[in-house]
Amino acid sequence: MLFTSYNFILFLLALFILYYLIPKKYQWLLLLVASFFFYSFSGWDNVAYITITIIATYFAAVKIGQLHETQQSYLKENKGSLTREDKKAYKEKVKSKQKKYLLICLLFDLGILAVLKYTNFVISNVNSISRFFNAGELSFLDIAFPMGISFYTFQSVGYLVDVYRGKYLPEKNIGKFALFVSFFPQLIQGPISRFDDLGSQLYSGHSFNFRNVSFGIQRILWGFFKKLVIADRILPGVRTITQNPETYQGIYVLIGMVFYAIQLYADFTGGIDITIGIAEVLGIKLKENFQRPFFSKSTAEYWRRWHITMGTWFRDYVFYPVSISGPMLKLSKFSREKFGEKIGKRVPVYMSTIIVWFATGIWHGASWNFIVWGLLNCLVIVVSQEFEPFYAWFHNKFNIREKFLFKLFQVGRTFMLMSAIRILDCYRNVRVTFRMYGSMFTKWNVDEVFNGALLELGIDKADYIVLIFGIIIMIAVSLAQRSGSIREKLSARSDILRYAAYVGLFVSIIVFGAYGIGYDSNQFIYNQF
Amino acid sequence: MEALLKILEELHPDVDFEANKSLIDDKILDSFDIITLIAEINEEYDVRIPVEEIVPENFNSAESLYKLIQRLQDED
Repeated sequence: MLFTSYNFILFLLALFILYYLIPKKYQWLLLLVASFFFYSFSGWDNVAYITITIIATYFAAVKIGQLHETQQSYLKENKGSLTREDKKAYKEKVKSKQKKYLLICLLFDLGILAVLKYTNFVISNVNSISRFFNAGELSFLDIAFPMGISFYTFQSVGYLVDVYRGKYLPEKNIGKFALFVSFFPQLIQGPISRFDDLGSQLYSGHSFNFRNVSFGIQRILWGFFKKLVIADRILPGVRTITQNPETYQGIYVLIGMVFYAIQLYADFTGGIDITIGIAEVLGIKLKENFQRPFFSKSTAEYWRRWHITMGTWFRDYVFYPVSISGPMLKLSKFSREKFGEKIGKRVPVYMSTIIVWFATGIWHGASWNFIVWGLLNCLVIVVSQEFEPFYAWFHNKFNIREKFLFKLFQVGRTFMLMSAIRILDCYRNVRVTFRMYGSMFTKWNVDEVFNGALLELGIDKADYIVLIFGIIIMIAVSLAQRSGSIREKLSARSDILRYAAYVGLFVSIIVFGAYGIGYDSNQFIYNQF
Repeated sequence: MEALLKILEELHPDVDFEANKSLIDDKILDSFDIITLIAEINEEYDVRIPVEEIVPENFNSAESLYKLIQRLQDED
């Protein structure tokens, strides 16, 4: 059931009404049933996979929590009789038991993800090697990739690790825990929530609140606008350019990059707007996943503002643990002694950065495109980090840091750099992508764009007009958001203006949404991750 | 405390670490700085800061960071 289908709208309406009619203490149960009902549309085998992950994670976390509680009471009871060494030894014993449960469950949860997502990728790489040696080939597994598995697996892993770290106690009610993992608005494309942030909100029960409901519905509408009016309308252009690399080279590659930047932004942030809006109607506040990322002045800043919950997930559960692990600290010490302070200091930082970006790349998809995408991002971040002293000198020398034009240049540069790397999502493989990068410098066909060729990309004149207005509105909203919430600002205005804005948004979705005869709205890009 | 301040000043010579109490909230220290810091503290004080202690409250000022180091040394 796609977010953009009529069935989904009906499902939402029924849920919203029921949710506020039933007693508050049963609301979480309704959400659990609704979430599984929603997910069952993607196939019963998917329901089986998520259920297995829920059960395994639940029991491992409960076990880790029990060990923690036993430790606390043991230490309390024997406070007087234990020496410091005794306490330390006891704690270490408990920690190692907890670690066993943690590792087995991590292996299990991530194992399911790995098998379902990466088996065929591994087979295709093995086959390429065996072809080289003229050996036999393996056949691909016929397995469907469950929608949203990366998101719910990450959320479960985060929960388990937090319980292990003693951040909070595990949830005792398996039904409630199942809701945390499967909460339908965020199940298929995030944001990736943390238990201490979302759990209590899911279980506490919420009274009907007009402001929450109306703000939530506005946010949902805004999401539909971005998805249907902008993302789905520009999509044919991206497809035409990137699926016909022999025809569309040179300036078209640049156009493809910009088109895809717009499409992915409208698609992904639109989807997240719908998600956050649905939760808001239910009285639940989810974490924001974007903070006007295209206004970033550097790659590092961009990654703090784009897909934020994924970035912080990788930071907390991969980057920190890897970079301050025992072996990494030893490596740091070793490289300092061998290569001196300056280089030695950088070794753990950059090693961890490479690991994180490799993981981020492969998380996005089982293909070399995504691995190269991750590593290119990593390269840009590392190089910028190294150039930092030079930038600082340059900015001071010419006193331009606060100059508007220079900031604009930085924003434009970051946007283009990110767009160039991002286009790896679209081309068939890495080789084609790099050939297309090359064609931007070798094929001078700028004049073609003015020969009406832009109208042959699957976007006609009317589409362009709608797109231009849609994009202007999107940019204007982003600019206005810098000084606070648009909905807050609107709610302070007169009723006429406010309702005109809502009706305008609603009508434009109906009229300008990319439908047409037999039109099947496109799946959100991030559903497949 | 002296040694800690020296480590911090080497990371960002332009920041007054004795006065600033919002190093994380003001985004002065980023994740790169934090892991560099942890490695240096490990070297200098021989304590390992575990991941669960990487929270803004512990890294917002030199003082809070020093308290964390002392607490971890005590636990050891």
